[in-house]
Amino acid sequence: MNNTENKPPRRVIPLTVERPSTLSAAQQAAVREVCARLAVLPGALLPILHGVQQALGYVPPDAVPVIARELNLSVAEVHGVVSFYHYFRTTPRGRHVVHLCRAEACQAVGGRVLEAHAKRALGIDFHGTTVDGAISLEPVYCLGNCALGPTLMIDEQLQGRVSTQRFDALMSGCRQGAPREVS
Amino acid sequence: MSAAPSGPFKVYVPRDAAALGVGAEATAQAIEAEAQRRQVPIELIRNGSRGLLWLEPLVEVATLAGRVAYGPVAAHDVASLFDAGFLHGRPHPLAHGRTEELSYLKNQERLTFARVGITDPRSLEDYLAHGGYRGLGAALAMPPEAIVAAVTASGLRGRGGAAFPAGIKWQTVLGAQAAQKYVVCNADEGDSGTFSDRMIMEGDPFVLIEGMTIAGLATGATRGYIYLRWEYPHSKLALEAAIASAAAAHYLGEDIQGSDQRFDLEVRMGAGAYICGEETSLLESLEGKRGQVRFKPPLPALQGLFGQPTVINNVITLASVPIILDRGAEYYQHFGRGRSRGTLPLQLTGNIKHGGLVEKAFGVSVRELLYDYGGGSLSGRPIRAVQVGGPLGAYLPESQFDTPVDYEAFAAIQGMLGHGGLVVFDDSVDMAAQARYAMEFCAIESCGKCTPCRIGSTRGVEVIDRLLADENAPRQEALLRDLCETLTYGSLCALGGLTPYPVLSALNHFPEDFVQAVRAQPSA
Repeated sequence: MNNTENKPPRRVIPLTVERPSTLSAAQQAAVREVCARLAVLPGALLPILHGVQQALGYVPPDAVPVIARELNLSVAEVHGVVSFYHYFRTTPRGRHVVHLCRAEACQAVGGRVLEAHAKRALGIDFHGTTVDGAISLEPVYCLGNCALGPTLMIDEQLQGRVSTQRFDALMSGCRQGAPREVS
Repeated sequence: MSAAPSGPFKVYVPRDAAALGVGAEATAQAIEAEAQRRQVPIELIRNGSRGLLWLEPLVEVATLAGRVAYGPVAAHDVASLFDAGFLHGRPHPLAHGRTEELSYLKNQERLTFARVGITDPRSLEDYLAHGGYRGLGAALAMPPEAIVAAVTASGLRGRGGAAFPAGIKWQTVLGAQAAQKYVVCNADEGDSGTFSDRMIMEGDPFVLIEGMTIAGLATGATRGYIYLRWEYPHSKLALEAAIASAAAAHYLGEDIQGSDQRFDLEVRMGAGAYICGEETSLLESLEGKRGQVRFKPPLPALQGLFGQPTVINNVITLASVPIILDRGAEYYQHFGRGRSRGTLPLQLTGNIKHGGLVEKAFGVSVRELLYDYGGGSLSGRPIRAVQVGGPLGAYLPESQFDTPVDYEAFAAIQGMLGHGGLVVFDDSVDMAAQARYAMEFCAIESCGKCTPCRIGSTRGVEVIDRLLADENAPRQEALLRDLCETLTYGSLCALGGLTPYPVLSALNHFPEDFVQAVRAQPSA
């Protein structure tokens, strides 16, 4: 008996309905460009996520299915990696990102005071962005500048011996443009 | 001081991140502008840091009598330096005389850091002129077994913290059969109070590349990865520049110095996860996964990166290999004491007057480091506690300051040397807050794989809070000690396993900071 020919065509019912992507065409293109460039690397996911964050300033949740498809991974696997690492952010950042060191060597020279001052002066907690969109504040656990703390990094510019006064001066510099540096 | 050697005056301004953080870039630009204004020919060299970080930006000038140091030099000091004739090494309020004669530097034993601060880290020629690649030259003339034997005989132990003998790891990888083997450098220097890896990568990146290449020759590995934390963008630049020039000069690539041996090297960036300094989670991360700790066995030496035999060592470990091959295992082994051979680059940090890098043979005491080198606290108040070995290291009270820098001596006081960082606190420190932070840090950075670390750390913060609020303090203390025991013996890796060190050392040595109820009881 051979009834395969009489079978109706197989219907695929998707387990979840894919939401339409909220990525702009330019964002889509940027994500695909990064994937196309880096997917050949062994263990490509971290380099790709770095590339996407560099291009877009963050890793939008809707970039995850695109990356997953390119790497033949599940969305869960990619999401798991994005959420595991503190450096990857899933929301847009301010024009400058201030990484403030919370670790022991900075604590020993007034790091806790600086941390409280920073939150008060900017009016935000860690992971927040100022209302004018100028500055995002992130905690970091050691910037390798432990003999000259308290330390912070604005974009990729390291600053040592940061007093509360110097912090205020640096932030007003940020609001006028400045940093980035390196690379 | 005498005049400069012939040609333009050589002026050195570090490009080390710590120096940049206190204005070295502005100082360098001011020096160039001032020289141009005065029409004095100078050659500005951007060296690594000498490690006398309280003097940064430390400007040096080459004279016939040697290099003369000035510091800390802010941009607004530059004109007065020119007026005083600093290009001829003449006196100035910021002058410190010959760099080599500074007692901080003079009394060190700089083996791994021999070139850091002296050479231009972007110049392969400078590296070669200062004894670079002699170790590789020796290794190329030796069979792999002999290279491994030299590293084993040197007594070199993993400088990342675990102190496992490097030669034994290498022997295992050499003995493994596989089509592809790897050398992975752990440059995820996450311990607070440490920056020696960063200083090597920024100040002498070629020595790390040379060490990794030798590891490749010794074990038959042809591919290398440097797993670098994202917090070190300056190191990334320095490493990538050095890799490119090493490859162009055939010190990397498919035919190293005409030997027909291959070794390729690549820098990979981490993404902010303290746990990725643990070797198995680092390998997971390099493979593009969450940085979760693996069960051992299998050992990474047999099934490491992508399941292949892998040498995985810390930056300082690998950067110490060239001098061992160059000067011989006996030379290196001659430094140190007991089972701790060679030197350790120690980092004096936190509330310390003379913070910086001190490379010494094992055996130097914590007290010597704090007072003879460090000059006491920055604030001028008494030093109350020193955390040695990073966020998982014990807090030492004054009574333990005579402990020698030696792996076994630290193990004996329920502490560890780790990566050689000393974080100094004066008497304004609240040790209960430090203990709470240790638990909080563990909770933030736990990879989540094992329960004691994942849940225990959060419960630890809560128990300390209740202890400090004096909610039946003796019971809370008993609970905290019990929890610490669970963490110590039940965790999969050192993060959960060692978090009790800072917590219990704070509780045992500084009970007065915790609660009245605890103070009344003699500590265990």
